[in-house]
Amino acid sequence: MDLIVCIKQVPDTTEVKINPETNTLVREGVPSIINPFDENAIETALQLKEQHGGKVTVITMGPPQASEALRTAIAMGVDEVVLVSDRAFAGSDTWATSYTLAQTIKKLGNFDLILCGKQAIDGDTGQVGPGIAEWLNLPQITFAVKIEIKDKQARVERLLEEVNEVVEAPLPAVVSVVKQINEPRMPSLKGLMKAKKTEIKTLNAEAIAADIKNLGLKGSPTQVVRIFTPPPKGGGEILQGETAAIADNLISKLRERKIV
Amino acid sequence: MLDYLLTEEQQMVRDLARKVAREKVLPKRAEWDETGEFPWEAMRAFAAADLCGVYIAEAYGGTGPSVMNFCLVTEEISRVCGGVGVTFAASGLGSVPILLFGTEEQKKKYMPEIASGKKLAAFGLTEANAGSDAAGIETTAIKEGDYYILNGTKQWITNGGEAEVYTIIAMTDRKKGARGASAFILEKGTPGFGFGKKENKMGIRCSATRELVFQDCKIHKSQLLGKEGMGFIVAMQTLDMTRPGIGAQAVGIAQGALDEALRYARERKQFGKPIASIQAVQHILADMSTQLEAARALVYSTARMIDAGHKEFTLAASQAKLFASDTAMRITVDAVQVLGGYGYMKEYPVEKMMRDAKITQIYEGTNQIQRNQIALALIKESAGKK
Amino acid sequence: MSIKVILDKCTGCTLCVKACPFNAITMVDRPTDAPGKSKKIAVIDLDACTLCKACIESCKFAAIEIELEKESSMDVSHFKGVWVFAEQREEKVQNVAYELLGEGRKLAADLKTELAAVLCGSEKIEEEVAQLFAYGADKVYLVTHPELKHYRTLPYSRALTELIRTHKPEIFLLGATTTGRDLAARLAIRVGAGLTADCTGLSIDPEKKILQQTRPAFGGNIMATIISPNNRPQMATVRPKVFRKSPKKEGAQGQLIKFKPVISEEDLTLKLLEIVKDESVKINLAEAEIVVSGGRGLGEAKNFKLIEELAGVIGGAVGASRATVDAGWISPHHQVGQTGKTVAPKLYIACGISGKIQHLVGMQNSDTIVAINKDPDAPIFKVATYGIVGDLFDYVPLLTKKLKELRG
Repeated sequence: MDLIVCIKQVPDTTEVKINPETNTLVREGVPSIINPFDENAIETALQLKEQHGGKVTVITMGPPQASEALRTAIAMGVDEVVLVSDRAFAGSDTWATSYTLAQTIKKLGNFDLILCGKQAIDGDTGQVGPGIAEWLNLPQITFAVKIEIKDKQARVERLLEEVNEVVEAPLPAVVSVVKQINEPRMPSLKGLMKAKKTEIKTLNAEAIAADIKNLGLKGSPTQVVRIFTPPPKGGGEILQGETAAIADNLISKLRERKIV
Repeated sequence: MLDYLLTEEQQMVRDLARKVAREKVLPKRAEWDETGEFPWEAMRAFAAADLCGVYIAEAYGGTGPSVMNFCLVTEEISRVCGGVGVTFAASGLGSVPILLFGTEEQKKKYMPEIASGKKLAAFGLTEANAGSDAAGIETTAIKEGDYYILNGTKQWITNGGEAEVYTIIAMTDRKKGARGASAFILEKGTPGFGFGKKENKMGIRCSATRELVFQDCKIHKSQLLGKEGMGFIVAMQTLDMTRPGIGAQAVGIAQGALDEALRYARERKQFGKPIASIQAVQHILADMSTQLEAARALVYSTARMIDAGHKEFTLAASQAKLFASDTAMRITVDAVQVLGGYGYMKEYPVEKMMRDAKITQIYEGTNQIQRNQIALALIKESAGKK
Repeated sequence: MSIKVILDKCTGCTLCVKACPFNAITMVDRPTDAPGKSKKIAVIDLDACTLCKACIESCKFAAIEIELEKESSMDVSHFKGVWVFAEQREEKVQNVAYELLGEGRKLAADLKTELAAVLCGSEKIEEEVAQLFAYGADKVYLVTHPELKHYRTLPYSRALTELIRTHKPEIFLLGATTTGRDLAARLAIRVGAGLTADCTGLSIDPEKKILQQTRPAFGGNIMATIISPNNRPQMATVRPKVFRKSPKKEGAQGQLIKFKPVISEEDLTLKLLEIVKDESVKINLAEAEIVVSGGRGLGEAKNFKLIEELAGVIGGAVGASRATVDAGWISPHHQVGQTGKTVAPKLYIACGISGKIQHLVGMQNSDTIVAINKDPDAPIFKVATYGIVGDLFDYVPLLTKKLKELRG
């Protein structure tokens, strides 16, 4: 099977904090990581390769430092990596990003399955996977928690709000996965050593035959006009006293508010 | 922290070990300490990360040989759990004899599976009547044609019962005294080779400590390691090489304890301020960290010396083990003190670290034996200078 | 298309450096031939810069400028009307659609335009039309076809694309449900729309008459306001419970427009095989009026029983922090937070939850928040209406007992 995984390098937003004085993001010391859901996607691809044979190619769109994310992917055991990077991509929203990745995939040639993570933990949109599917005119299956491939069909269980849904679609297709699908493997030492030596193949806008009107800030229908830190939600009270008294106090307050 | 100018590869090894330890050992260490369950899950994770073969040459499936990397991995694992740390290190102890004295055939037969982490190794020297007095071992290996018959019992063998590969020291000719012992490679499952119960220990409780029982255990002469009569040489050279590993285990345990003490001191408020701002506590922390760094420096220097090809490192290895283990004991006790009442509770990790540290002063040659060795080596060195 | 520092205006004050969320600005020595006085000037790394303009806002000296070319490839003046996707499941319109109609009403009023609901399904779905009028829709587009009975990406995208291209709405809102997110992301590319996900605030810019969409980013650590000035429709997804329904007007009338889309064979390659129900889900978390949630403080899976008992006694749904779901203590359908569900019930009780921002983002709009945690510094107390610094193992059973007694 020819598997393609799209990943994104993101700051570890679980470590990001707001500087209380300036009300801005504190980025120092916040490590850059592979978007956790994308790690699940890589693991899915590696497992499918172990079952069906084939090749796993990981691609990412980003600045040159995104090659670190690709090296981690190599250390996990993927076969090939591609960085698509160009100043023209700066300011891309999900339209431009999904277009750029779709063009890259077209350039790579044959594929059976494209895997993505559910959402990036910095943008949190979850839009790029379906976007790629649309640009490539492929079926999309989102929120995948289980995937089986048989006779060129993908049978996928989707994690919806209250129930799970099992669907089947012909390959090639785009599937985005949720965290619960697997436990991503850790890089191995031999993998890390291989990753260190690997030269990262880089493609620019020209190499992927990208139409400039779909790239970067100019090619992005959405624009950020303002960024601000949410005002801290204030004023509650800490209930004081003995355990039983606090419990009674809480219940009476909730009854006052007509909640219980 | 002091910058030890680790190479990029050494940093990679250290960081990977740290990551695996944090993700796979940290969530389970308290449970494994409580139940004494052997940490197979963790060992499989280290195997998957290719860390089991860092001290083994590439020709035999490893990524080494590097004693320094071995120490770095042992230290990082021990920082999270000393029991898992010694499980890792003892497999080194059990396989180094094969690396040092094995034939090409023996190395090719046993080392790749140990390097990949598929199998663990263990070293069997100690007996009920032969601890510090190793020469007093009573296990015999009597030659009968093309075979040796082993009889006897080894005691307190780390990884006993879990390991697949064992290097055993047994008497082949009592009349020859110190030249009468030989080393053998044994495989688990050999008829006549059994195990005692898992010992219930003060610390490193997830580590398997068992008796090895030989009852007319018949092995082929090809299992002989080195030449007949070389048994104690095999043992001594093995222990010299792996002593820094125990030093690294002690350093790791101590570092884990210092981390906890520091974190606690910054969070715990008494008298309206964090206790980290109280001089009495600051002085304890300062001493802990300084001694820890000194221990680490000794261990790393020794490891580097061995990797550089020095033939004589008995003195340095003993000093490193002695100082690191005594320091680890002191630091873990201090850590409990810093955490006060909380430090005494099992809910907090430092009391386990204190229990874990104690053994480092005892095994692989008690610290009293180490002092003997150091003194003798010093005197010999000094005499040689005249 | 670029951003640059105007050297003779830059005073080296470093406000921009601090404001930049992407660490893209550094201070360097002013080159000797550069105009201006200060010793240091700001330099923007174009590779790291995402043109978010946080620096421009922070600069007191107007020393940073961005060249934005406002080119419209689409004539947007023909697009009129605010549309809401009336998501249906099992042939019932979901509450999120009514909530969006509630907000859509305000947007339509600001734009002096119509509010329409778009309802897709099989013929039977027509029974739901009256509700849509009752909750504020001026118009309902009824899109029926047997293949639209259950949601699937391609048939729905096909039908809605036709509808959008024919009737040209300026705004299209969808619920940020699994369906809404799956559909909106595909549809936006197909029709050339700008799409903003998970909005927590919507308003109309009074001058430009465009939609301003506010949403959390970086795991909820910052908020971003986003516009799609040049593309139509302006699409946004909004989580359930972010907005409120308008009061229901029984018997309200409106204009019904029936639309029968052409669904092609190639849209039907994906087949629905089965629905797998989760037995642990008793009450729909996103719709519940009361949610009792458990976090890492519970210690182990079996202690969720305490949460379930308390929830049972007050008729609440059971929620969970991400840590507990990751640990396998409870199924992911209960997860509340950035990568789980957003809830805004009347009462949210957080037991043994520390309140990391990724969790808060999923529940901080609840009317009343009660937090029980041993750690007085736990961030959950910053959003709690009532905080109890104590052991949940003491309080949760005690509250359960007392509330049971109240019931009689």
